[in-house]
Amino acid sequence: MPIVYPHKTAMPCRDPEQRRRSWDEVAEGYTVERAIAEARRCLTCQDPVCEQGCPVNVPIRDFVRHVALGDFAGAAQVIRRRNLLPAICGRVCPVEHQCEAQCVLFPHQDPVGIGRLERFVADWERSNGTGGESAAQTLCRDEKIAIVGSGPAGLTVASDLAQLGYPVTIFEALHAFGGVLRYGIPQYRLPKEIVDADIEHLKALGVEFVRDVIIGKTVTIEQLMDEFDYSAVFVGTGAGSPIFMNIPGENLKGIYSANEFLTRVNLMHAYSFPEYDTPVRRPRRAAVIGAGDTAMDAVRCSIRLGAEEGHIVYRRSEQEKGARAEDYERARDEGVIFDWLTLPVRFLGDENGWVRGLECIRTELGEPDESGRRRPVPIPGSEFTMETDLVVIALGTNPNPLVPKTTYGLEVDRHGCIVADPQTGATSREGVYAGGDIVTGAATVILAMGAGRKAATAIHEYLQHRPQKAQAEQYRRGREEGFAWACEFATPEELRNLVDNAGEPGRDEDVDPHWRGFLAGVAEVFDDAGPV
Amino acid sequence: MDTTARIIDKRDLTDITKLFVVHAPLVARNAAPGEFVIVRVTETGERIPISITDFSRAEGTITLVVQEVGRTSALVCALEVGDTFLDFAGPLGQEVLLPDEGHAVLIGGGFGTGAVFPLARELRSHGVRVSSIVGARTRDLVILADLLGSESDELHVCTDDGSLGYRGFVTGRLEELLDAGAGFTHCFAVGPMPMMRAVARTTQRRGLPAMVSLDPLMVDGTGMCGGCRVSVGGKSFFACVDGPFFDAHLVDFDEADARLVTYKEQEDLACEMAGLGR
Repeated sequence: MPIVYPHKTAMPCRDPEQRRRSWDEVAEGYTVERAIAEARRCLTCQDPVCEQGCPVNVPIRDFVRHVALGDFAGAAQVIRRRNLLPAICGRVCPVEHQCEAQCVLFPHQDPVGIGRLERFVADWERSNGTGGESAAQTLCRDEKIAIVGSGPAGLTVASDLAQLGYPVTIFEALHAFGGVLRYGIPQYRLPKEIVDADIEHLKALGVEFVRDVIIGKTVTIEQLMDEFDYSAVFVGTGAGSPIFMNIPGENLKGIYSANEFLTRVNLMHAYSFPEYDTPVRRPRRAAVIGAGDTAMDAVRCSIRLGAEEGHIVYRRSEQEKGARAEDYERARDEGVIFDWLTLPVRFLGDENGWVRGLECIRTELGEPDESGRRRPVPIPGSEFTMETDLVVIALGTNPNPLVPKTTYGLEVDRHGCIVADPQTGATSREGVYAGGDIVTGAATVILAMGAGRKAATAIHEYLQHRPQKAQAEQYRRGREEGFAWACEFATPEELRNLVDNAGEPGRDEDVDPHWRGFLAGVAEVFDDAGPV
Repeated sequence: MDTTARIIDKRDLTDITKLFVVHAPLVARNAAPGEFVIVRVTETGERIPISITDFSRAEGTITLVVQEVGRTSALVCALEVGDTFLDFAGPLGQEVLLPDEGHAVLIGGGFGTGAVFPLARELRSHGVRVSSIVGARTRDLVILADLLGSESDELHVCTDDGSLGYRGFVTGRLEELLDAGAGFTHCFAVGPMPMMRAVARTTQRRGLPAMVSLDPLMVDGTGMCGGCRVSVGGKSFFACVDGPFFDAHLVDFDEADARLVTYKEQEDLACEMAGLGR
């Protein structure tokens, strides 16, 4: 094995003290020199196992090799073969569980910084104005595709199918596109200009974006297919329904779901109030319940909104936290206080209905539960009160029920997730596909994109074979009817005339398949009966 | 798909209350009584919910009644015929479940009268007898009485100062009618929180089933944020997808009142900056 520098090339970050009050992006990204240095750490394995760790199978080894040679445009082209949203994935993918976890350097040395390199390439491409194919594609196919939800799953399906020449429409319930990329992930982690650029790129591919349409309310899936003539629908509505704790005091003022808090801050720009009209509580001491990516986003937003203290309150320990390593470390650097093994049991309010505290109990970890993580067990007598004026509940989300509730025959599981084939995204309704959090429950951007990729392939397959399938069905019905007619009603003369005049049935593709089937059915009877 | 929502008619109901007829065929095609829309009027603006007062699938129109109560509603009220909404999303919420028989009393307080109107027409088409009570502080603030009256078997107008109709609150008139043996089987009330709270109290005491339409703060209006949660019968519901109509006797009005003024300070500041008196 050649000698490889054991550590990842550092990515410059803005100073924690300075960034605590700023919404500008925290990580500044690699310079050209750093990117090349990092890419040179890659062993260019014959069998690049890192690629198996990527849900959309980006050709990692090849793009990294291009970077090592300083050919960034080439690297971008390689990535775009598999991933249309690299600037986003390079920032938000949990690489330590995916590609980088597979890197052969690991665990003896740091894995190659694949996420950072992907981000570098995408940013280089954007700032050098070579943002992929910008010319509008000729829309060469007739079948219209409707995509419900403009999050990562929907954007992926749209881009794949638009490139195949399908007219694609994306329907979004909100007034801005991107789904969780827009309302969920904060500006300092994923600048919205990047999301805008990717959406512009899709518009250039010919994708139609329609906002303010709530599929299931404004228009149902049935109506999309029957009245608006869409041949296939992809449902990527996400896990949009927030989970609350159902403990006393939860509806006090100042207690938000992570969805509401982040939507106010990110989508509605509440941090710029009163320049923007939507307000949000400016906290002094914030408590965020949960320890996943969303919780880190919420607590870091609370600090940027002016909180002197931002707490993460989690009933398990540091080990079980769900957050990406990078964001966890950045939160720590920004002074977030982590209260592990702490379970809130009640919210305390003041006389005006504002939250003023959190009654908690300490826990210890017992046996693993069904999630495989050790179950937190409250320690009797360890109750204590924590002072707070802003609480964000970041315990996950349930699937948004709007589409399943209004679509007849769409099967859901006991959690309300749409049941879809993991390989194709096909649902119990013909022509309706689903993927992303609405199928899996809350997961990651890249997994949603992986599901979108598979669904796009399956939709293309379905639409290509659909005419043949429909014709086969018409032929089958015609044949049954012809057979029945010949058996029951036709006189021998009629049969002979029909068969003689029809010539060879079943050869001519232009002939109506039902009629071809009918003749074949008749011929069957004729053959059985022998020459009349 | 065209989502344009253009104002084709505007009427002043009071100095601060406007009626808009909006051409929005996509929203009108699936609209039902009890639902609402979410609108936005500027790029930096809020999303606010507005009850649907009337809809016509044939004409492709949605009628809204808007009262200036804050910065965003003032911006909406300033729109004129020919203007389009920046965003106009809906219909949202759950269609209100209406009875198929009996005698319903509809109560509208202030601009809430706009939100009870579509119920009147629907109830009558079900064959339900409809009595309506409309209340306001004073004569000039009574709105939509004629419109609601045209879809009601009886109409009762109340003003706090007695300048028109019954002198007193809508609940006073409701009690009178009940005492006179009106035989109401259902009540639907929309108006300011104190009015709906009073209707809830009166109807509960008199054993009359009642529904009220809650109007909590909302952001997305699609069940995504939970900001509009209300306690009904000790359970938490999202008004945007589970409501907006709820059983009046089970609503926790104290909590709903408190949550409504979450951003009072910021709203006052925004109004001040926009030069609006409050």
